[in-house]
Amino acid sequence: MLSINHIYAGYPGKKVLKDISISNLEGGELVGLIGPNASGKSTLFKSIAGLIKPLSGSIDLGSVELTQLHRRNQARLVAYMPQAVGCNAILTVFESVLLALKQTTGWRVGKADLHQVSQVLDTLELAHLANRGIADLSGGQAQMVAVAQTLVRAPAVILLDEPTSALDLHHQLSIMNAIHIETKRRKPIVMAALHDLNLAAKFCDRLILLNDGRIIADGTPELILKMPELGETYGVSAGVERTTRGALYVDAHLTSSVALSCNYVSA
Amino acid sequence: MNTNTQKVEMQHAYAAQIGRKCWIMAIIISLLIISFFIDVSTGPGNYPLSTVLGVFSEPESHGIRLQVIMWDYRLPIAVTAVLVGALLGLAGAQMQTILNNPLAEPFTLGVSAAASFGASLAIVLGFSVVPGVGGLLVTANAFVFSLMTCGFILFATRLKGVGSETMILFGIAIFFTFSALLALMQYMASEDQIARIVFWMMGSLSRASWDKIALGGILLAIAIPFSLLRTWPMTALRMGEVTANSMGVDVPRLRVEMLICISLLAATAVSFVGTVGFVGLVGPHIARLLVGEDQRFFVPLAAIIGALVLSLTSLISKSITPGIIYPIGIITSLIGVPVFVSIILSTRREKLS
Repeated sequence: MLSINHIYAGYPGKKVLKDISISNLEGGELVGLIGPNASGKSTLFKSIAGLIKPLSGSIDLGSVELTQLHRRNQARLVAYMPQAVGCNAILTVFESVLLALKQTTGWRVGKADLHQVSQVLDTLELAHLANRGIADLSGGQAQMVAVAQTLVRAPAVILLDEPTSALDLHHQLSIMNAIHIETKRRKPIVMAALHDLNLAAKFCDRLILLNDGRIIADGTPELILKMPELGETYGVSAGVERTTRGALYVDAHLTSSVALSCNYVSA
Repeated sequence: MNTNTQKVEMQHAYAAQIGRKCWIMAIIISLLIISFFIDVSTGPGNYPLSTVLGVFSEPESHGIRLQVIMWDYRLPIAVTAVLVGALLGLAGAQMQTILNNPLAEPFTLGVSAAASFGASLAIVLGFSVVPGVGGLLVTANAFVFSLMTCGFILFATRLKGVGSETMILFGIAIFFTFSALLALMQYMASEDQIARIVFWMMGSLSRASWDKIALGGILLAIAIPFSLLRTWPMTALRMGEVTANSMGVDVPRLRVEMLICISLLAATAVSFVGTVGFVGLVGPHIARLLVGEDQRFFVPLAAIIGALVLSLTSLISKSITPGIIYPIGIITSLIGVPVFVSIILSTRREKLS
């Protein structure tokens, strides 16, 4: 179980996270982190992953205090997938997943390593790309490989920073589906920062709403998406309905007069 | 069952690739050995290969003259070519990974120009940066100035907003600075000194000596395991700094460690043979095309190909006109520039597409 206690964090001259506490993050639960741009989602992930040191507060994984660990030991427990970045390395998909695994295991490549890599590629339906160069992949494929690099390490905590950004609908669903399956199968603690609230509603067991470095709300998708604070946080007017297939659907509109005139023009 | 066969197939495919890479390494090493022996047996006095090998296997049966030619001239030059080529190839490969720039190497970053200035300082003014080096005055000065330049590059990479492209511009700035200072030295120099400076700048293997070889050999013996231990984090770095960082790699620390190692390699190579451009570019470039960027193969192969290139260059330098040994720096530049241009064009195309 992961618990985050009174975290303050940020960069020199700029405090981003202000007293963040999240308790009872359980394995097997897919937690969606939502909130507008610059609300502190990435900073929270980086604090948990140890990429930045919190100014105060503690992050406990079971009895281990993560903020006290050495970088590499922390990477063994927590895998953080940053927002998508391109790369021009001459490496195959198989090699790029293998290198993610080898950061925390020994120097030699053993049979177990190869097995683990092929297992992950198979689960994510990337087997047909195994020998393709990573520089030649499409955006969606590259993102799937990034997910594979994260899952292959079989960490206790998985943090995904906008795993579906810049992807088409099919790839959005297939990535979220793969993450969902992994969450239920191996039962790691999974948090994903998401911009698409409908995607969050569809796949997450719990949502945490962040704004300006503070937690606004924390609860089931149904509860969070129906809160009046949701619209306020994003600066929109939002309504939630249930579709005929039983899914939650967020219907949002801009509220300001400027936006209305824009809407008028585009209509 | 279907997915199981798929998994097994993936593992087999990977194993086959590893096998292929090992074969490539073996072939290049064989070529290097062949090139080395041809290099040793080539020279003004054309001794057949069997005679050359005989000097090493049974020295008593050959005259002292032949032994002197081999041990004091041919062998140090051939060994230096291999050693310096390996140092430059290794330094180039590491620089390119650390700076995320396929154009980075000691010559393009201005390290060679700094070394030339250091050497000219010793030649013209007899000024030594390191006291008490005696006969190695020129080499020591070149070494110190190369090291200083590498230190400056190390410092520049830590400045905010200095991207990988900016690094090459820094290299050009360094190059121009030291070229100007070098011109000043040449202006102040006597005719004899100018000749020595020009000769130094052209890069030549004739300055080879067993002392230098021992020094370079020790350095290489330390640098290779040092680099191999860091192959996985270095491979991760090829995925981008952010990704490597998120995988648990301490990127700033890795950078500093590697740049210190690179500085020593580059400074040593340049101070031994003078300006030998583009070997640090060609070696890694060919290695990358042959085995990709899994650093376990890329790094050693870049060093081996660097050694092969310089060994072949040494051979070419003796073969163009019989009786004349051309400075190798001229030849490596003529070979290296087309590679340099082709890398520029290919990286531009990547960015446009």
